[in-house]
Amino acid sequence: MEKFNKLTAVAAPMPLVNIDTDMIIPKQYLKTIQRKGLGKNLFAEMRYNDDGTEVEDFVLNQPAYRNAEILVAGDNFGCGSSREHAPWALLDFGIRCVISTSFADIFHNNCFRNGILPIEVSPEDLSKLMEDAERGANATISIDLEAQEIRGPDGGVIHFEIDQFNKHCLLTGLDEIGLTLKKEDKVAEYEETRKMQQPWL
Amino acid sequence: MGTPRTLYDKIWDSHVVDQLEDEAYILYIDRHLVHEVTSPQAFEGLRIAGRKVRRPDATFAVADHNVPTKDIEKGITDPESKLQVDTLEANTAEFGVPYFSMTDDRRGIVHIIGPEQGLTLPGMTIVCGDSHTSTHGAFGSLAHGIGTSEVEHVLATQTLVQEKAKNMRVTVHGDLPPGVTAKDVALAIIGKIGTAGGTGHVIEYAGDAIRALSMEGRMTLCNMTIEAGARAGLIAPDETTFDYIKGRPYAPKAGAFEQAVAYWKTLNSDEGAKFDTEVELDASELIPYVTWGTSPEDALPITGSVPAPSDFADEGKRGAAERALKYMGLTAGMKLSDIEVDHVFIGSCTNGRIEDLRAVAKIIEGKKVKSTVNAIIVPGSGLVKIQAEDEGLDKIFEAAGFEWRQPGCSMCLAMNPDKLAPGDRCASTSNRNFEGRQGQGGRTHLVSPAMAAAAAVTGHLTDVRELD
Ligand code: SF4
Repeated sequence: MEKFNKLTAVAAPMPLVNIDTDMIIPKQYLKTIQRKGLGKNLFAEMRYNDDGTEVEDFVLNQPAYRNAEILVAGDNFGCGSSREHAPWALLDFGIRCVISTSFADIFHNNCFRNGILPIEVSPEDLSKLMEDAERGANATISIDLEAQEIRGPDGGVIHFEIDQFNKHCLLTGLDEIGLTLKKEDKVAEYEETRKMQQPWL
Repeated sequence: MGTPRTLYDKIWDSHVVDQLEDEAYILYIDRHLVHEVTSPQAFEGLRIAGRKVRRPDATFAVADHNVPTKDIEKGITDPESKLQVDTLEANTAEFGVPYFSMTDDRRGIVHIIGPEQGLTLPGMTIVCGDSHTSTHGAFGSLAHGIGTSEVEHVLATQTLVQEKAKNMRVTVHGDLPPGVTAKDVALAIIGKIGTAGGTGHVIEYAGDAIRALSMEGRMTLCNMTIEAGARAGLIAPDETTFDYIKGRPYAPKAGAFEQAVAYWKTLNSDEGAKFDTEVELDASELIPYVTWGTSPEDALPITGSVPAPSDFADEGKRGAAERALKYMGLTAGMKLSDIEVDHVFIGSCTNGRIEDLRAVAKIIEGKKVKSTVNAIIVPGSGLVKIQAEDEGLDKIFEAAGFEWRQPGCSMCLAMNPDKLAPGDRCASTSNRNFEGRQGQGGRTHLVSPAMAAAAAVTGHLTDVRELD
């Protein structure tokens, strides 16, 4: 997994609540057996017309936002399915950070496993960032994960909270499975005790 | 006596293997269900790292999402769907994971066959790379969906790194009136608390109305818990649960069963246990629900009307309502019961169990599906199909003009050939009415099986209590 520390980039505004995983990556693209290559299908049903041409006014089709690496979105981003194809598609498009007032649980977890930083901010801060994002390519936003800070184009700073384990994983690009496998003896011990207590399992 | 604990606290405590860092814990996983869509990259990850599946015996795989529900003997024609299913078959063989093949009578939607086979037991931790894993919470097991990276983590370590969620209790007092089902309760709750209402929580359902539900009803309710944004839903196990489990193929056998029941009986929230959030509903006030928009929280009693964007105080919600009305092709103020449908879909892990099919049969026996409506019934598993046919339900369905299909996810998410065309409108017993969920441009109204049956007969959303 790619590390995440600092990022300065264009932020695309999506002021829509409940952006669900079916919007982020429609199910017809879930048939892949790979993690890569989903970027072109990101938001496919909102982004393309039936004939495959681009929907002009969709935010990521606008020249200012084609290289956006940050999304600023309405409440409850990523609700719906557990499909990790959603963060895979975001990542493959180039999005490394999503800012919203709240995220669906599984999507939130999935982001951290893929080097994407989901940031929760207050509704007031979100509307400020949304305005910043709406100013287009000249107004970049900077993220500093170590310091837990978002810096707007006018220099205003917003502090954000993040749990320390996920922060650590992102900063170091940690292999979580490798980490857990180091605790193998504890798992084995647990299994032994369990076998005695609940032999039917 | 220590501090009183909730059911969630108890299951959590008994599965903590280790604490990693402030909030992060390693949680042991008792059962891991696997399907074809969210597992190929996980197995590939194992292969690349040279890792094994730690407990193939605690893992179970089945293909459901891509499986056709017609002419299954001919196999899968879509090459990508076929590749995904073939990949699952190859992976399970390579890693020694038990697998029900596409021709096995015991196959079906993963959340239907888990309970059906006795793979789902009280007090377990259960995960699957699928958000509707919450279904299994109906047995008092802590069950939730995970992403593919986590699938790989569980395959390799039989554990998951987790933070503890908050406790929410939803109490439904009193008795459900006739015609009102678990699906209506679920939609009423989501309508009340919203699709983010449960975020960060595990919801325990309590109250007389919940106790009175069958296991099928409880599964419907827990299944929809994810649509309220909660990590999992839970119902404390009781005699209804134990009776359901007894004698199932993978359930504990005689002797062990009694021992297990003794333990399962301790799985409930202690008197005085603290819930971070409490929600209460009066069952006697509920009537059948339908959704009008593109989020499960857009749920209203069938006696209501399509809302206007201006009905919403929140700006984001107003925008969403506007977009939803446009997508759904509805005008504010029209009566919900005037909405005409051209498709009816009965099935999915929400409502594809035998009790759901019986409810449908009861409504449509002796009636006809309206000529303008295309109606299909897809049983949740091969065994549900066999049982329905043993009871003669298929004859009732076919006589009424329903298509009777083979098991699978089908039109719940339209990854197989069953899908809506743009503009099609469907009364569906599934769980998501998102844009494009049942096919690009398709319009979904979520309802109970009885309500779906009523809509099939009349050709519009209909209050099943008024159908003669
Ligand atoms: S029936 Fe629908 S919700 Fe259930 S597992 Fe299949 S696709 Fe998912």
